[in-house]
Amino acid sequence: MAMLEVEDLNVRFYTEDGVVKATNDLSYRVEAGERFGVVGESGAGKSVTSLAVMGLVDEPGVIESGEIRFKGEDLLELDDEEMRRLRGNEIAMIFQDAETALNPAYTVGEQISEAIRHHLAPGEAAAEERSIEMLESVGIPDPATRYSNYPHEFSGGMQQRAVIAMALSCDPDLIIADEPTTALDVTIEAQILTLLEEIAEEFDTAIQLITHDLGVVAEFCDRMMVMYAGHPVEMAPVEDVYYDPQHPYTVGLMSSIPRIGDDRDRLDTIPGRMPDLIEMPPGCNFHPRCPYAEEVCTRREPPLVDTDTGQPADVADHDSQVAACLAHTGELTGRLDYEVTVRDDTHSRPVGSTGDGSPSE
Amino acid sequence: MSLRRYVLKRLLITIPLLLGVTLATFAMVHFIPGDPIDFITLFTELDPETKQEIRARYGLDDPIYIQYLDWLADAARGDFGTSITTRQPVTKEIAERLPFTLMMGSMAFVIAIVTAIPAGIAAAYHRNTKVDQVSRVAALLGIAIPNFWLGLILILVFASWLDVFPVLPPTGEGLLSSEMIVYTLLPALAIGTGSTALLMRLMRSSMVEELDKDYVTMARAKGLPERTVVGKHVLRNSLISVVTVAAIQVAFIISGSVVVEIVFSYPGLGRLLVNRVRNHDFPVIQALVLIIGVAVIFANLLADVLYAYLDPRIRY
Ligand SMILES: Nc1ncnc2c1ncn2[C@@H]1O[C@H](COP(=O)(O)OP(=O)(O)OP(=O)(O)O)[C@@H](O)[C@H]1O
Ligand code: SF4
Ligand SMILES: [Mg+2]
Repeated sequence: MAMLEVEDLNVRFYTEDGVVKATNDLSYRVEAGERFGVVGESGAGKSVTSLAVMGLVDEPGVIESGEIRFKGEDLLELDDEEMRRLRGNEIAMIFQDAETALNPAYTVGEQISEAIRHHLAPGEAAAEERSIEMLESVGIPDPATRYSNYPHEFSGGMQQRAVIAMALSCDPDLIIADEPTTALDVTIEAQILTLLEEIAEEFDTAIQLITHDLGVVAEFCDRMMVMYAGHPVEMAPVEDVYYDPQHPYTVGLMSSIPRIGDDRDRLDTIPGRMPDLIEMPPGCNFHPRCPYAEEVCTRREPPLVDTDTGQPADVADHDSQVAACLAHTGELTGRLDYEVTVRDDTHSRPVGSTGDGSPSE
Repeated sequence: MSLRRYVLKRLLITIPLLLGVTLATFAMVHFIPGDPIDFITLFTELDPETKQEIRARYGLDDPIYIQYLDWLADAARGDFGTSITTRQPVTKEIAERLPFTLMMGSMAFVIAIVTAIPAGIAAAYHRNTKVDQVSRVAALLGIAIPNFWLGLILILVFASWLDVFPVLPPTGEGLLSSEMIVYTLLPALAIGTGSTALLMRLMRSSMVEELDKDYVTMARAKGLPERTVVGKHVLRNSLISVVTVAAIQVAFIISGSVVVEIVFSYPGLGRLLVNRVRNHDFPVIQALVLIIGVAVIFANLLADVLYAYLDPRIRY
């Protein structure tokens, strides 16, 4: 049993313009202590997914169907009180923009302490002591003084550290980090990621890391899920996705990893935009943008299959590589012909790949 | 900067402000058309010498800045001279009526705050539901109805038809007698309704804005109960924009009391002011205008301090 099991999750937003299908039969697993990456373009449903796990999907959003099991317990069955006991305690969240996630009217220390007081119910002084420890453990110098500072007295990087301290404060088993470094500059980003890595190791905390940035995922995660229009199009151990992507969308994302000296807009190599989540294209949602699309793609919705066997995906098997493209079910007449070049700091090597999953020559 | 230093600084700024108010008051009353002598002598025909004599007695022949400085020096000691109309010390006349107006004004203010804040919170929290719609209509009415008209309606309904309130103020009863307190309720309501409506809408919009912010989701993500999320995190930030306007309401309540006291024959400062303006009783007018000015200044001072207390960012 994985720590977090999301099963056929459907979240809908009932807006004036229509029903936004933010996640569609979304399933994934996060193992204890695992670092699980979630990538996808803006609007793919990454944040909605994490809010659903936290039980924080708010009006006009509704979790229409599905299951979210945490340590075997279906969170959607819990009442508010029970859910609150988990939140911030066993599952914690780190937000993208620490500056807005911190309440400007209370001291940083108080905002950490209040969660500790609420969940662990120690005395006032013990909560403060623990908060100061947390601030220290995320590398904030002079934590005892910083405890009584207000958020605006912290730099951006320090604010994000404080938010991480907050998430860690009750020793959670799962941290959902929603683009924790997007608002930060590159050096601070590296520091924060290192910090998260250390924490994950030290406390054996599972981390679901949401990001736009495939580079960050490659660096940080064990396994990853590529989301498109509210559902996974590819899911596999990071190296597999990185060296041998199996879905045209993933390939598009990969070729748009920003590189030094490259100031292209990040995702402009995949022409077009994500479909309207109110009225999605039939068949494969990606077909309007897919260079390999055939007639069948407009009719048939590709199931998520094991790219080696073509059999329906088993999300519980976290060593398998699964993708949702008709190329893997044998319904496509052509092949996915692309070549992926992976560059790292020292050298670059081309990695060939063909759509049927067979290794390149 | 600590909160204490901020308050001290703010208090220092108040001093020139107060001086400005005295100057403005003096100038304003001085330029009211009509010769005060005529009102002192009740428009009797007098020869120039007698007029000059009276002028000298009231210090009206001194250069204008001497008049101002004399008045200021006396006022600083709490001496506002003698009323032209009643020949009583102005301070005594005001002291008799001030408590009544204070009671009515505070009651109006308290009514406004204790209904507007919770109602605003409820409307924001249940935005776009029945609760919100009802409060929106109520607020519109509250803002649109003039206070004197509301006063008349209240008298008509509660004093005449239902006969649960007296029509006239109780005579010979002390300020804190239950009769007086009950009697003060209707005028306080008449004055306070507009402020209530305004503050409620403001509280609502401020809170709706805050409720959408990330720190609210963050507070929820920490597992805090809704009561803490709203009552602690959201409330404090929502109040920041409300306190300033609440302070301005002090001025509205004071100006409202002038008309409403007339409607209710209420024995307060507002009625005194109207009477004495008619009689050109300039020492009384000056004293009253000054008191109002000072009250507004201190209300704003209090608002600034509250603001700084609520929002740590502005202390810098
Ligand atoms: N409160 C809401 N009301 C209506 N639609 C919403 C709401 N919240 C999210 N959505 C919709 O759900 C979809 C998924 O949004 P989500 O925030 O999960 O995207 P994301 O993948 O996190 O994007 P980003 O990378 O920009 O953060 C979007 O189409 C968005 O418009
Ligand atoms: S199913 Fe067709 S349209 Fe969809 S990704 Fe595969 S090839 Fe492209
Ligand atoms: Mg997001």
